[in-house]
Amino acid sequence: MARVPALTTSIQYTQHYLLEKLVVKGVVVLMGFCSLSTLAMADRHGEDSPYFAGWKAYDLNPYDLLYNPSGIIQMGLAENQVGTDLLEEWLEKHSDIPTWKGTLTSFKQTALYQDYHGLANFRKALANFMAEVRGRRVKIDPDMIVLTAGATAGNEILTFCIADPGEALLVPTPYYPGFDRDLRWRTGVDIIPVKCYSYNNFEVTLPALEKAYQEGLSKKQSIKAILITNPSNPLGLTISPQTLTMILDFAAEKSIHVISDEVYAGTVFSSQPFTSILEIVQSSNKYDPETVHVVYSLSKDLGLPGFRIGAIYSSNPRIITASRRMSSFSLISSQTQVLLKCLLSDSGFIAEYLATIKERLKRRHGEFKRGLKEIGIDSLEGNAGLFSWVNLRNLLVCDNWDGEMKLWRVILEEIGLNVSPGCSFHCEEPGWFRVCYGNMSEDEMNVALGRIKAFMSAGRAQEIAVLSMGKTDALAAAEGSSGVAAAACTSLGLDAGDLQPEPLAH
Amino acid sequence: MNHSRSRRNPTREPDFPTAKPPSPGGSSGGGAGAAMRLIVPLQGVVQGRGGLILGSVIPGALYYFFQLYLKRCRSAKPNSNPPSPSSSSAQLADLSRSSSRSNLSSRGSVGPVRVSARANSIAKPNASPYYIGLERASEDPYDRFDNPDGIMQLGLSENRLSLDLIETWILENLERSMIGGADGNLNISGIATYQPLDGMMEMKIAVAGFMSQVMGTTVSFDPSRLVLTSGATPAIETLCFCLADQGNAFLVPTPYYPGFDRDMKWRTGVELIPVHCRSSDNFALSVTALDQAFNQARKRGQRVRGILISNPSNPIGNMLNKETLYSLLDFAREKNIHIISDEIFAGSTYGSEEFVSMAEILESEDFDKDRVHIIYGLSKDLSLPGFRVGVIYSFNTSVLAAAKKLARFSSVSAPTQRILISMLSDTRFIQRYIETTRERIQKMYVAFAAGLKQLGIECTKSSAGLYCWADMSGLIRPYNEKGELELWDKLLKIGKINVTPGSACHCIEPGWFRCCFTMLAEEDIPVVIKRIQRVVET
Repeated sequence: MARVPALTTSIQYTQHYLLEKLVVKGVVVLMGFCSLSTLAMADRHGEDSPYFAGWKAYDLNPYDLLYNPSGIIQMGLAENQVGTDLLEEWLEKHSDIPTWKGTLTSFKQTALYQDYHGLANFRKALANFMAEVRGRRVKIDPDMIVLTAGATAGNEILTFCIADPGEALLVPTPYYPGFDRDLRWRTGVDIIPVKCYSYNNFEVTLPALEKAYQEGLSKKQSIKAILITNPSNPLGLTISPQTLTMILDFAAEKSIHVISDEVYAGTVFSSQPFTSILEIVQSSNKYDPETVHVVYSLSKDLGLPGFRIGAIYSSNPRIITASRRMSSFSLISSQTQVLLKCLLSDSGFIAEYLATIKERLKRRHGEFKRGLKEIGIDSLEGNAGLFSWVNLRNLLVCDNWDGEMKLWRVILEEIGLNVSPGCSFHCEEPGWFRVCYGNMSEDEMNVALGRIKAFMSAGRAQEIAVLSMGKTDALAAAEGSSGVAAAACTSLGLDAGDLQPEPLAH
Repeated sequence: MNHSRSRRNPTREPDFPTAKPPSPGGSSGGGAGAAMRLIVPLQGVVQGRGGLILGSVIPGALYYFFQLYLKRCRSAKPNSNPPSPSSSSAQLADLSRSSSRSNLSSRGSVGPVRVSARANSIAKPNASPYYIGLERASEDPYDRFDNPDGIMQLGLSENRLSLDLIETWILENLERSMIGGADGNLNISGIATYQPLDGMMEMKIAVAGFMSQVMGTTVSFDPSRLVLTSGATPAIETLCFCLADQGNAFLVPTPYYPGFDRDMKWRTGVELIPVHCRSSDNFALSVTALDQAFNQARKRGQRVRGILISNPSNPIGNMLNKETLYSLLDFAREKNIHIISDEIFAGSTYGSEEFVSMAEILESEDFDKDRVHIIYGLSKDLSLPGFRVGVIYSFNTSVLAAAKKLARFSSVSAPTQRILISMLSDTRFIQRYIETTRERIQKMYVAFAAGLKQLGIECTKSSAGLYCWADMSGLIRPYNEKGELELWDKLLKIGKINVTPGSACHCIEPGWFRCCFTMLAEEDIPVVIKRIQRVVET
């Protein structure tokens, strides 16, 4: 008698074993048994989030005023095109510069230059620009700049330098979705979210920091740094000097590093100037400057993401050495360095450019916020960035993440806008969306606003709620029984792909 | 001999803490934690009884454990493995440790804020003569007119022979190529905005075209299998990240390019197993040696994920023939491992021998393509290292998918891509450039090898690359690595020339040196030879 169950177990075990083999090594089977690294096969890159899914939908049907007026408008891309005309004008005026005529560097030197220090005169020009966007209240030493091909690589290299696999960084939420990939994927470092909420405009608080820190400790994780984004992406808000001081105090108390990602520093359009963390560190001797590091880039402030210019600014000699050596995996083309050296050295142009984009962003932010307000949609009072952080909680058919995803699909498929849902930023409250307007013309932004208005006035929000819940629950939902609605929402799950894309309302 | 060589070589020390058994410190920390949990409640009991002895013993014990904890904290090397809660006692130890740590830090008594273990190991001073030499030469560079007593740089494989051709082309075409659209209108948004991070499609088509032009048009490259990176350095690192986990290894025939020890190991935690080739068969690769190294690794419990070959070889300058490529593919299939074929010198060939790309073999025969990955770049064959363009060419869709995502950390600048698209599409110019470059390299090779021969120094027969692999074993005393490095030092300090010693390339035989002659002008050759002679005669 006893043999039977034993046999069954062994068969079950064999089956289980085989199944596991098949699942785990499935890739191996497909690829002729030559396996890849765990890194290549794992989904730690986090690119399966809706943040990226929306981009794919946009790629299939992009809006164009003339050729595809009903296409999807890309409001998920934080790109700065508000000053492109100025850059174009400058390049036209200086079209002889890229040919190396009259520049200090000869073509031969440029073609061969592959030193990871970067061209000295480019670094000097960049240091000057970094000081300029920080209101000249910060001293930037060109020798403490490590150049990288974009801030993405800058953030990754700093993480490599500060933490070892299994260790963690504290990152206040909501944060840029790319961090999940840039900071974690190859480094093996983890992110512990510091939870922030709408009641105080998502400002970081000491108890939230302390809680996240303790959470890390209870998971036996060694916490090495706190990474802040200032001005914040997705909030479009700068961090106040008081909060910065609090963060620095906290970091000093815990003996951890502070990384400040300041890629939007030049977009601050409020009358209140931007305060870099470097300003606070340099103006007091209370903090160890070797524990504070800044990541910068020309992608956002200068609107040149295609040029791939990033920088790490640190006064920690060990981190400078290690990250400079690692930057050999991420060097900037010398041709591009020469070109930008000329652009950045034109101080008259730079001053005009910065003033113009600030003014334009301010106007856009105001217009967009006003436009939404008119139809009863609230958004954060931002003072920087290329986007608005919009509160659509009232429109959720159920107050949870399913509800947010549903609404996101509706916005994508019905209104024809690709926006980024709060869940992809690890926001703690459902219903928030990041809507970018810096990557389009003012006219296109107004088309987008028009679409939202049309959608709202047609009462489509209610109809969608009804549609997505299936015919049976429709009545209940229409009567406003939120409990039923929520239940219906959850039971339908994220895969309610049966929403019929309808012709867009104009 | 094998063992002594690798032990002495500075670059063989592991850059990364590989999977190690838990350090003994861990258990003592656990003991301290457990003891504290016991002792702290005891204090109450002690006070109640008023035991004088216990009252002094316990704080003493506490102090002892406190010291132990601090010591552990300081010496603790972060384990590369994420902590796994394996036993309850370990959990207990960690819990109490973390709580006491936060107490400590609130008093501000924790030591300085540290950087990661990997940053520390990467920031270590350069130990390899390859990097030391490069640094010295860049501090005091030779110039025929401005600094005739400076150090002559023969340690960097850079081709400066045909830059005049590129410069002329750039001067004539650059303005239009960078920001001019197809219709001649200025169009900055084509370069300023976000471009595909793994390279623009037009650029991939242009590079694929250049690759087949350089490799003899018998082979064609599919642009959709290309991933562009900012140089071959990130290309090779990206492939390592895709193919191997930390602690896994690649077999690498020696002598090999010294940079592999950084590029492949630093951040990936991958290890390189040297497979020695010898002068007796012109440093040809033998499958028997590969097999031996593979089996030895397996016995050690190390997982070998692939072979890295450089073809044409750097530093030797020879090429792998078809038969060797076939046997390599058979070996890889038999062992079920990958092949990375670094072909960045494919266009820098001269002489009668034909270069055969791994891609050509795969195209003609029914091999398992998924395991083959090719590295290419424009730094050597187009003499544009400053422009940072590297290529991963893979037949494996999963590798391509992962590499495309990883390319975000090392993208090529868009304006640079625009210029290169124009340049590479000008196939007449490219053809002229390739032919001229080959002639010039050959001329320099012949002149340089002849100069060395006058001094009794022989070079291996080579038909590719930008360097000579010179045998100076007759000049070193004692006949070992020490002797070799002494000669290298003399060449640098007395002769004022920087060459790469074989030991930096993990060569098993002492006395070999790599000399890059494409860094020189023709007039410089007699100067170099004279300088070597000066060292030889002292």
